[in-house]
Amino acid sequence: MALLEVKDLRTSFKTEDGIVKAVDGVSFTVEKGQTLGIVGESGSGKSVTCLTIMGLNAKRTTMSSGEALWKGKDLLRAKSSQLRTIRGDEMSMIFQDPMTSLNPVHTIGKQLVEAVQLHRDVTVRVAKARALELLKAVGIPKAEGRIDDYPHQFSGGMRQRVMIAMALINDPDLLIADEPTTALDVTTQAQILNLMKRLQEDFGSAIIMITHDLGVVAETADDVVVMYAAKVVEHAKVHDLFNRPQHPYTWGLMGSLPRLETDTERLVQIPGQPPSLLRPPSGCRFHPRCPYVMGVCRTTEPKLLATERDPSHLQACHLDQETKDREANKLIESTMAEVG
Amino acid sequence: MFRYLIRRILWAIFLFLVITFVTFVIFFMAPNNPARAMCGGDQAGPVCLKTATEKLGLDKPLPVQYGLFLKRLVWEHSLGTSYATSQSINETIKQAAPVTASLVFGGAVCWMIIGLSVGIFSALRPRSLIDRAAMVFVLIGVSAHPVWIGLIFSYVFGVRLHITPIANYANFFGAPPDSGLPGGPVQWAYHMILPWMTFAILFAALYVRMIRANVMETLNEDYVRTARAKGAPEQRILFSHVLRNALLPVVTMLGMDIGVALGGAIFTEYVYQLPGLGRTSVIAIQAEDLATLEGVVVFATIAILFFNLIVDLLYAWIDPRIRLS
Repeated sequence: MALLEVKDLRTSFKTEDGIVKAVDGVSFTVEKGQTLGIVGESGSGKSVTCLTIMGLNAKRTTMSSGEALWKGKDLLRAKSSQLRTIRGDEMSMIFQDPMTSLNPVHTIGKQLVEAVQLHRDVTVRVAKARALELLKAVGIPKAEGRIDDYPHQFSGGMRQRVMIAMALINDPDLLIADEPTTALDVTTQAQILNLMKRLQEDFGSAIIMITHDLGVVAETADDVVVMYAAKVVEHAKVHDLFNRPQHPYTWGLMGSLPRLETDTERLVQIPGQPPSLLRPPSGCRFHPRCPYVMGVCRTTEPKLLATERDPSHLQACHLDQETKDREANKLIESTMAEVG
Repeated sequence: MFRYLIRRILWAIFLFLVITFVTFVIFFMAPNNPARAMCGGDQAGPVCLKTATEKLGLDKPLPVQYGLFLKRLVWEHSLGTSYATSQSINETIKQAAPVTASLVFGGAVCWMIIGLSVGIFSALRPRSLIDRAAMVFVLIGVSAHPVWIGLIFSYVFGVRLHITPIANYANFFGAPPDSGLPGGPVQWAYHMILPWMTFAILFAALYVRMIRANVMETLNEDYVRTARAKGAPEQRILFSHVLRNALLPVVTMLGMDIGVALGGAIFTEYVYQLPGLGRTSVIAIQAEDLATLEGVVVFATIAILFFNLIVDLLYAWIDPRIRLS
């Protein structure tokens, strides 16, 4: 049985302008100890997908449907008290901005101890020892002397380490990381990613890595889900995605990775803006920005289907296989040429 | 922490000098001759005027007068004597200050109880019936004048329903024997209920709105989401993660507002005939007794400085970011 199995997940928000479908029919599975990358632009629904799984959306304005089976049990239909026992224990989450994710008026020690005591019936002394162990594991220098410091006494990278320590403190089966490196500078990003990789080996947790950075995905993920405008447009093993990308949006993302080797004035970008989810485009949601757009794209929504040669590689595009292979090869070759 | 403390205290001393100087100058510049007031106003004879002028030091230059005033204040702890009654102003204030303190602090307790309970509840259930009712209360509270509220309250609860007294003060520690006046803590609270409510309503309204906004904003903070992601129950989130952060600005506001509220106390004291500082100053103004008025102002200034200092220290205790900076 898969650790987490998400089936046809839909989440919409009531807003003053109307109903926003932030997640529209997303499915994927996460196996024990594996890493799933979810990639997409801002507003593509990748964070909301995970917040829905965790049950962290504001209840009053959110409607969700579909299934999120956690070890076979549906989280969307679980009571909030049941969800609470899972959150922070079996499943935990770290967030984008470490500067605001820790409570400024409590010491980090207190916040870590709280995380332990919410799920384990242990004394403060035991919980604190565990907290110290984790702070050392995430590489906080002189952890003994820093456990009673307040968040504002740490740098951004150190705070993210504290967040990771807090997320791993109860040895969770799944860690959801929502753009954990976006707010950090580049050298710190690499350190945090390496740390997460190492800890994944030590703790054996599965990870959902939400990011807009294909580089992060290439480095960490086993499987990749590419999301665009609340829908999955491509879903493949990381190796297949980078070698045989099948969707024009994925090509766009790959094409816009900055390269040191070429002497371009400007970064390549995907033209246009992500669509409004209040009134998404008809047919394929990517068609207004797609350079390969055909008549059928404007009227009919493409289904997420397996490619002919690989049943594990899913994509949602009307283009014929020949064109896709040709364009994918062109993209790979141009990348190779630059590198080579 | 220690440096912060020293800084706050030095700042308070500086403010004390500035404010007493400004007060002194304003009263000196007032188109009023204290010597004449001392000699019985219009019937003042030239001899009396001359001795009074010398006695008050009015013939000396302004800086010297200020120096004498400061010296008397700091070394002799004396606010001087009344021009009208020749009584010690210290004594007058000693009589009046407890009344005003009862009103202001009791009122502050009332407005905090209302502000916290209604504000937090409204924030947790925005747009509910209670929230909407609270917003109507806020609108009335900030719009209505305390004198009007006071008169309405006395009429409804005192004159019509006969459940509260409508005037006078009862000493907390018991009335003087044989005076026939009510006294003791129960009578004190009983006599103060209407003044407290009247006094508290404006600030209760402002605080409901402020606390509601702060709590709602804090509920959206990332660290509250972190606490939920940890699996903390809502009640724990509210008390441990939301309130302490949401109430930081409220503590600052409370320190400032207690000072501002002293001004509002005049109206409440007037309506309920409480012999406090407010009524003392009204009587002093009517008698052109500048010395007493000045005494009340200086005393109020020192009180406000003192409370602001306490609030600063309290703030440092609640917020670690201040303590360590």
